[in-house]
Amino acid sequence: MEQYTQWVDNRHDYAREWKKRTGGKVVGCLCTYVPEEILYAANVLPIRIFGGHESSSVVEPHILGMFCPFCRDTLAQGLEGKYDYLDGLVIAQSCLHLRQTFWSWKKHVPIDFTYYLPMPHCTQAVGQNEYLRGEYKLFKEAIEKWTGNPISDADLDRGIEIMDTSRRLSKEVYQFRKPRKPALTGLEAMEMVLSSQMVDKVEHNKVTQEWIKELPDRVLKRDPGTRLMIVGSEDDDREFIKMVEEKMSFPATFVVEDHCTGARYFWNETIPESDRLMAIAKRYMDRPACPSKDWPKRTRFDYIFEMAKDWNVEAAILMQQKFCDPHELDMHPLTKAFKEHNIPTYFLEFDVIVPAGQFKIRMEAFLETLVDFV
Amino acid sequence: MNTNKNLYPTEPLKTWAEAKYLRNKYYQDFIDAKKKGGLRVSGSGTMYFSLLGGLGKDVWTLTGEPYSATSAYYQDFSTQCMEAVEKAGIARDLCGYLRNYWGGVLLDKMIMPDGTILNEWPKPDFFFTSHYCCTHAKWYQWCREAGGNLPLYGIDVPWHPFTQETTGQRIDYIVQQALEGIEWMEKVTGRTYDDELMLEAMDNEARSSYYWAETCVLNRAVPAPLDEKTIYSLYVFNTLCPHNQEITDFYRKVRDEVGERVERGIAAWSNERFRYITDSQPPWSFLHIFRHLERAYGAVSVGSLYSYALEVNWDLDEQGNLVPAKTPQMLGAKRDTREDAVRAYVGFKIKNGLLCRWYDSEVTSGIMKKIVEAWKADAVLIHLNRGCEGTAIGQMENRLDLMKANIPVLTFEGNMGDYREFDMARTLNRIESFFESMGIEKIES
Repeated sequence: MEQYTQWVDNRHDYAREWKKRTGGKVVGCLCTYVPEEILYAANVLPIRIFGGHESSSVVEPHILGMFCPFCRDTLAQGLEGKYDYLDGLVIAQSCLHLRQTFWSWKKHVPIDFTYYLPMPHCTQAVGQNEYLRGEYKLFKEAIEKWTGNPISDADLDRGIEIMDTSRRLSKEVYQFRKPRKPALTGLEAMEMVLSSQMVDKVEHNKVTQEWIKELPDRVLKRDPGTRLMIVGSEDDDREFIKMVEEKMSFPATFVVEDHCTGARYFWNETIPESDRLMAIAKRYMDRPACPSKDWPKRTRFDYIFEMAKDWNVEAAILMQQKFCDPHELDMHPLTKAFKEHNIPTYFLEFDVIVPAGQFKIRMEAFLETLVDFV
Repeated sequence: MNTNKNLYPTEPLKTWAEAKYLRNKYYQDFIDAKKKGGLRVSGSGTMYFSLLGGLGKDVWTLTGEPYSATSAYYQDFSTQCMEAVEKAGIARDLCGYLRNYWGGVLLDKMIMPDGTILNEWPKPDFFFTSHYCCTHAKWYQWCREAGGNLPLYGIDVPWHPFTQETTGQRIDYIVQQALEGIEWMEKVTGRTYDDELMLEAMDNEARSSYYWAETCVLNRAVPAPLDEKTIYSLYVFNTLCPHNQEITDFYRKVRDEVGERVERGIAAWSNERFRYITDSQPPWSFLHIFRHLERAYGAVSVGSLYSYALEVNWDLDEQGNLVPAKTPQMLGAKRDTREDAVRAYVGFKIKNGLLCRWYDSEVTSGIMKKIVEAWKADAVLIHLNRGCEGTAIGQMENRLDLMKANIPVLTFEGNMGDYREFDMARTLNRIESFFESMGIEKIES
């Protein structure tokens, strides 16, 4: 889908043009736990901040070298002025590393509005929904004060509808990855989700609606090969996905994934209730959890293996951003669980720039080992 | 610079022997708990200790971080732990404490403070922890699985009063979890919970914190009555079992003794010429670096946000100074029901001074600047701790903020729990060059 690719490639141009066209405000979001519904309700465009996958030393005085490449790369984008059009910056408390990005950005990059939303560290605690609802109330009030406009229930309904439509459509598209010959590649799926985090979802939804009409008859002229799942940290590395799907001696297709630039972002919808903020809070607490919030039970494992079964996954790539503690803490039991499900795995550690040559050799070797299995 | 070696009188700390005794007893009690029909509980050193109090006085804790600091001190044993973890396919850049602890579990071995290695990991009856950084509850989630699905209860603490306004709704979240935790403990232990014992534990824990905070304030004196290496052996009880009466009594004695030292002008180091504070946990295997700097330069570390405030509760006054947080008893808090008592306890416990750094690096910088001023420090040595991302968070911004305030700062990289990531010679070289640049002369080679 060229439109998705264009949006991802020209994300900054899009946001600037959107501002010009609508006169609205754009808020950068760190982490997918930011309740975009409330921003849409305020007619503010939420976009997710990503790294640039470029080497940069500007973050050295601000973040310790052993913090993850994603937090360093995103801060570099801010310090280098790549997101100079942002009116606001919001984080819903996520991992330690990304919090550091927020603080350094807030301190060193001039910006009109910043908000630190103290999201629960756990999605299984008693009282979590009420607590988060209370935090959303404060967040909503801060947004109202900043924009000068009250947010009504009707506005919140509109925000919820925009988000849920996007989620519903994305999930629908994912059904077309299930057949033996998927109607879309992993790269296309990734670009759909990535772009949904970068542009106005109202426009994005229209494009996806049109695409869904084409998908039943879409036949890809390629051997899908091994059906791969990717599980891990934030992953917007399109180069890697493209390499695996297009440049291997052994064909392969990513048919599904569990990461926050994929299904984990959009998997569940809001269950309506009269208290809109509570409904939103419940949605975020019930979504497939980031490992940092997934305790004492490991709820994400059941979801991962259900997905692996439904999408007929033959092997999994366990990837993580280097130094990503939340994923490192899950990786050992996760690897074990995949073994118990008889699904072969291969572990890769991602940095700001993927070492394409090395990864190509390693992936080819892995795929070759699967030939006898599949 | 005065290069006379002895500027102040000094003498050993009278409570030192008791500190050693209590520390050994703490681990031995945990080991022997089953023989006495008691319970073993493990979790973070930031746990809500007093909630365990209502289960009885025969509940013994093993807190992960202090235990692992001991493990890290013994390099041979620590190496075995680290390698066991790496062999299992676990990331080498995870928390240095966690890897020492997990290594012990994998090896089925535990090390005691005197270096004795026990050939069995003492399995706890349940895990009870708080969760602030990315690691705490996840640490024990893995352990519960390794131990055969042992019970785990965690309390999520997603905010800090220094960085977020204290509201009823925010307190409620923690109170609800604490109350549920009590019911959960009754269920998993089969014991009847005793609210009177809980209250007693809460009073003890609050006073342990208050006495230690007062002791830290006393260390503002010149000469400093305590150096930080000694402080490490004292502050730790607040992360072990601060709710036990003997620990509260011990902290009262320490405070009284340190107060007396201040009155008499007794120094930790007779040659104190230069005062600095540190930041983050030290590389535990290399504490002799403090002794070297004291002997060679008369440079005394008088403490840190870490050693003053880990599991110690503070308020910030209007100028941003740390002030010992008044206990619920001192504030006359209503504690007629279990819920009221827990609410008062949570309101106090949430003021754990160190943990603000998880929620805002700029606030942390402000506190560090105030510590430099109030404790009359000449410089700050920041340990860029690869072993604890929780205390490493914000450090680079702290450095910039301190420099902006014209406070000399030096950073050095290391790992509190993994000696393989600390270069002693290089670090000493850096510190000595730093001292040289500040005109600090060596008084003893």
